Amino acid sequence: MEQQAQPGALPSLRQSWSIQRRVIWALVLREMLTRFGRHNIGFLWLFVEPMLFTLGVTALWTAAQAMHGSDLPIVAFAISGYSSVLLWRNMPARCIGALEPNLSLLFHRNVRPIDIYLARLLLEVAGATMSFVFLVMFFSFIGWLDMPEDVLQVAGGWVMLAWFGVGLALFLGGLSEVSEIVEKLWHPMSYLLFPLSGAAFLVSALPQQARDFVLWLPMVHGVEFLREGFFGSRITAYYDLTYMAIANLALTVLGLAQVSRVSRLVVPE
Amino acid sequence: MIRLAGINKVYGTRSGPVHVLRDVNLSIEFGERVGILGRNGAGKSTLIRLISGAEFPTSGVIEREMSVSWPLAFGGAFQGSLTGYDNLRFICRIYGVDPEDKLAFVEEFSELGIYLREPVKSYSSGMRARLAFAVSMVIEFDCFLIDEIIAVGDTRFHEKCHQELFERRGDRAMIIVSHNADYIREHCTRAAVLADGELHHPANLDEAFDFYHHSMAAVA
Repeated sequence: MEQQAQPGALPSLRQSWSIQRRVIWALVLREMLTRFGRHNIGFLWLFVEPMLFTLGVTALWTAAQAMHGSDLPIVAFAISGYSSVLLWRNMPARCIGALEPNLSLLFHRNVRPIDIYLARLLLEVAGATMSFVFLVMFFSFIGWLDMPEDVLQVAGGWVMLAWFGVGLALFLGGLSEVSEIVEKLWHPMSYLLFPLSGAAFLVSALPQQARDFVLWLPMVHGVEFLREGFFGSRITAYYDLTYMAIANLALTVLGLAQVSRVSRLVVPE
Repeated sequence: MIRLAGINKVYGTRSGPVHVLRDVNLSIEFGERVGILGRNGAGKSTLIRLISGAEFPTSGVIEREMSVSWPLAFGGAFQGSLTGYDNLRFICRIYGVDPEDKLAFVEEFSELGIYLREPVKSYSSGMRARLAFAVSMVIEFDCFLIDEIIAVGDTRFHEKCHQELFERRGDRAMIIVSHNADYIREHCTRAAVLADGELHHPANLDEAFDFYHHSMAAVA
């Protein structure tokens, strides 16, 4: 078997990478089965669910027209905003308490907590991305939305938001194994962060003081950058990608450290 | 070979840290069959999880120079909400084995029939043991770690396990933990006794059984 190192030798980096890829893929398939099953539309729920959320919010915002304080097309505004929220907010939700249902799999030496987190994150990113891309294409096809002015910038903003979600998810997921409070606090926190996250407003529409305040939140920079890619010169975007990258990096490092700490403590069941 | 040197394991509990294993040393050569005797709660399963690499010691070094199985226990290593087939596929995937070649063997050995399509959480402990054993025979290892798996099940199941494990794979190393001295006597060439967190290495099997019975008597 290829995953076994030669006697006396540590597995090489390449072998480790091939084992990890295999394990993560096996976990992704297992997650899809346990989450979506083989009934009705099965794994299509992966992106149908976030799509339904986004569609609902788009409908509500369209009905309540004026809330975003600009003359931007509301459909594009809602889809870009709410998809971003789903992207970064669902990842921590999936990673908090993620080990408990998987404890028995940790009997297999090659399955480590980080693999369980990465498999879930991969699925979340894939689902949110498919939903976003599909909605943009669909609404542009029926003429309710103009294609983004700069697709690459939109993709860049999306990647930054995904990175933010991954870092936050690893950190909170790791912490949740040590303290149950994390799970209790995440719900109110994610609820309160949503209106502040830049999904439902443009920073330029805020008074100066509020602007300074919300720009402390890393995801606001990602959403603003993404929206600038979407609407180009029609909006004035406020963002500092360096600040966001530093915040993302800090979260990722803290997250990985916490996950590695948990890996040493966790007992398979 | 596998070598454990100076292994300590401490668990944090509500009543403070508990020292489960103290300065444990053990080495197993290729093809050796080592029994580890201990009462319930002596730390046998902890020791076997450490050897498998599923868990890390608080201090000490574990070297593995051969491939080591996961702890073959009757309940563990399965995901309850998945079916027997899906668990088999999952385990094959993580060890890089093609599951489709193995379906027939698992069907035949486990005798689970239609239940292979049901979630494992609906299985009885005997059914789980059959599945666990069948699946663990699908992946080949140099050293098998056996955590009382064969303690469950009926005579027929025992015979089949015996044939697969001790006859067809008689050349492999095995570490068998049990509280049952007879089982160890039947299958092992050497035995160690786990008592009060320490692993004792009596000179031969008979001394190991004497030691074990004395340690039991001391408690009783």
